[in-house]
Amino acid sequence: MDLFIAIFTGTMIAATPLLFAALGELIVEKSGVLNLGIEGMMLIGAAIAFWLSFNGYSLGIAFIGGALAGMITAGIFAVVALSLLANQYAAGLALAIFGSGVSAMIGTGFGSTPVETLRPIDIPVLSDIWLLGPLLFKFDVLVYLAIALVPATAWWLNHTKSGLVLRTVGESPQTAHAIGYNAIRIRYAAVLYGGAMAGLAGAYMSVAYTAIWVEGMTAGRGWIALSLVVFASWRPYRVLAGAILFGGMTILQLHGQILGLPLPSEVLSAAPYIAAIVVLVMISQNRSRMRLDVPASLAKPFRADG
Amino acid sequence: MQAMTRRLELTNITKRYPGVIANDAITLGVSAGEIHAILGENGAGKSTLMKIIYGAVAADDGEIRFEGKPLGVHSPGHSRHLGIEMVYQHFSLFETVSVAQNIALCQDGRLELTALGDRIRQTAERYGLVVDPDKIVFDLSVGERQQVEILRCLLQKPKLLILDEPTSVLAPQAIDQLFEVLRALAKDGCSILYISHKLDEVRALCDSATVLRNGKVTGDVDPRQATSHELAVMMVGSDLPMTKMPKTTVSAEPVLRVKNLSAEPFGEKGRKLSDITLDVHAGEVVGIAGVSGNGQSELAVCLSGEALDPNSLIQLDGADIGHLPPDRRRKMGLAYVPEERLGRGAVPTHSLMQNAILTGYVRGLAHMGLVKKARARAFANATIDRYSVKTNGAGAQANSLSGGNLQKYILGRELSLEPRLLIAAQPTWGVDVGAASFVRQKIVDLSRNGAAVLIISEELDELLEICDRIHVLSNGRLSAAIPRGEATREKLGLNIGGATLHLPGSGEEPSDAAAH
Repeated sequence: MDLFIAIFTGTMIAATPLLFAALGELIVEKSGVLNLGIEGMMLIGAAIAFWLSFNGYSLGIAFIGGALAGMITAGIFAVVALSLLANQYAAGLALAIFGSGVSAMIGTGFGSTPVETLRPIDIPVLSDIWLLGPLLFKFDVLVYLAIALVPATAWWLNHTKSGLVLRTVGESPQTAHAIGYNAIRIRYAAVLYGGAMAGLAGAYMSVAYTAIWVEGMTAGRGWIALSLVVFASWRPYRVLAGAILFGGMTILQLHGQILGLPLPSEVLSAAPYIAAIVVLVMISQNRSRMRLDVPASLAKPFRADG
Repeated sequence: MQAMTRRLELTNITKRYPGVIANDAITLGVSAGEIHAILGENGAGKSTLMKIIYGAVAADDGEIRFEGKPLGVHSPGHSRHLGIEMVYQHFSLFETVSVAQNIALCQDGRLELTALGDRIRQTAERYGLVVDPDKIVFDLSVGERQQVEILRCLLQKPKLLILDEPTSVLAPQAIDQLFEVLRALAKDGCSILYISHKLDEVRALCDSATVLRNGKVTGDVDPRQATSHELAVMMVGSDLPMTKMPKTTVSAEPVLRVKNLSAEPFGEKGRKLSDITLDVHAGEVVGIAGVSGNGQSELAVCLSGEALDPNSLIQLDGADIGHLPPDRRRKMGLAYVPEERLGRGAVPTHSLMQNAILTGYVRGLAHMGLVKKARARAFANATIDRYSVKTNGAGAQANSLSGGNLQKYILGRELSLEPRLLIAAQPTWGVDVGAASFVRQKIVDLSRNGAAVLIISEELDELLEICDRIHVLSNGRLSAAIPRGEATREKLGLNIGGATLHLPGSGEEPSDAAAH
């Protein structure tokens, strides 16, 4: 039973950075922009948050700082891709490489000193209930925030006018422009939000998940978040399902030997990517359904002409 | 009457683009409740003028007064605020959201879809529109989408509604329905600016007309009084030549022979094609009439080779081609002008020269796998010249051309290949009156020089003008051909409706004799 609780809580914690990053990227892609640089933004967010914590700032400041750092990094991408109309694939890949370099540079002085970590909440009575306590009421606050973000994102996209505008900019910025919306400004806002979420995800990695600095510590989670968005066919609830699945894979990898799984851990690490490809092929089968979910102008540059 | 302020007054509106004056001192006025036509060929400056009124483009000179007050530099948002609405030729609807959501995007305030849905239903009912607010736009036909666009404007209670070539995408019944709506709207006091190059529509619908040619006003007329001929002369600037149809001798053996061709629906709104039998001889133009969506696209892709069927009998000069892909068919002398110009007729982001190579390789624009650039450029330039395509040269991207101009280029390209068999779908769709008659003459000339020509078109008048025989394709079935002398609008119209649809029976093709 303890092992089950360990796997479950481990999965939820592993899923949390994926959720932040993927829900952020979902908003970015719904606006028609493809930012491949999540990994870079996460790393910079992780490094800045760790630096703040390392220098004695509170955890709250560290998380906010991490999110801001991710947002500023995304701002570079936004200027290059949205204002200067650079190819989004190239700009995003460059951002990923840039982020890993910058974060490594920031992290040179950290050594292997641990920092204070985010503690799980402790609600009297509730947290102590047998089984349910540790399963539901013993996470840190960001885990709950990440999960709450799922219905919030879905509701915002589908039930508010601003969400509707964002989706339509992702379908056709030309049309949105024609009826009087500033498509470029909306895309900027989406990219900055996505950056903040990626930065927060990175901050969670460095000051909550591990609490120790390791170069390249996100270890491909930015790429997993990216494939999660496709895996989820741009739907928030499926992002949750995917994040739990992929988070679970990570944890199973750790516990694989204890459990005596016959699979080598490399297969488990590759599984999320294979799953994303399988899902992509599956949703591509039904073209008309796909057209309703996929942002039609994804990764296409848009210039507002007079 | 004169003392009254008119709803819209333009004085000396001028707009210059590098190299052209799109609008040259245009003056016109529209009263409340008036349906006013802006008539002119492609490139006459109609669309620019409308964009200036709507505020999407700023004029260089001149004054616009709306209800007596001058409009300075204004934006579309400002125009909408004043009660000026515009329905574009290319719709500005989002496909992935519902009708009500699309409309909500154009309105201020919060998203209240149920209340909006009720308003949509009421307004739709009042003007006889059929609009379901909950449907996803993706599932709507072109005509239904246009109704949504119009309804979106109507909800703003407009004082001036601008429609840019609204019928270019509509089936005939839908056109009548649109006119009913517009008349009801004008009766309520809304002024309508109706842009078109179709004379009969303007004569049927409009109270007054301003005719434009090369950016200048060439006439202010009452279209109900003026004859079509007078209007055409004002538009084109000279008399239109009638297509000359010289006598012809057709070959004994057909160039294209299709026997019992059946095909599955192509695309989501497709129609099953059943048992098509068709012959086209050298020296004749054969037409296929009928409303799109009755098997037209299926027939076209079967003949072009986009859809292969080794079992069907399609012969080109006696050789089976049913199993051959498009390039093999082209090498045997087939040329094909598809209905969609961008994407199938031409690669949108390629230059006109590159687009020439796409099909011109059969005439030496490519040799041993290498492109002959100089030849391709010469070929493209010659086509641009001969078909008076308005563009800034062979290097222009296909998608920078207006629809009609690109159509002229694609048709010119295929005609220049001197094909053995030409298949063209909607050959003059969107092409202006003057150019259309030129293109039609070229098509007839091609056949008189010994080629076989098959035209698939929705425009009956066009088919009646240039075809030696006309079939009707309706519900995926092909009627027997009606020879030139006997074909009339009424006879073909009945066939389209399916009333006298009789199918080609066993082995007989009686109309062949008549064409000889």
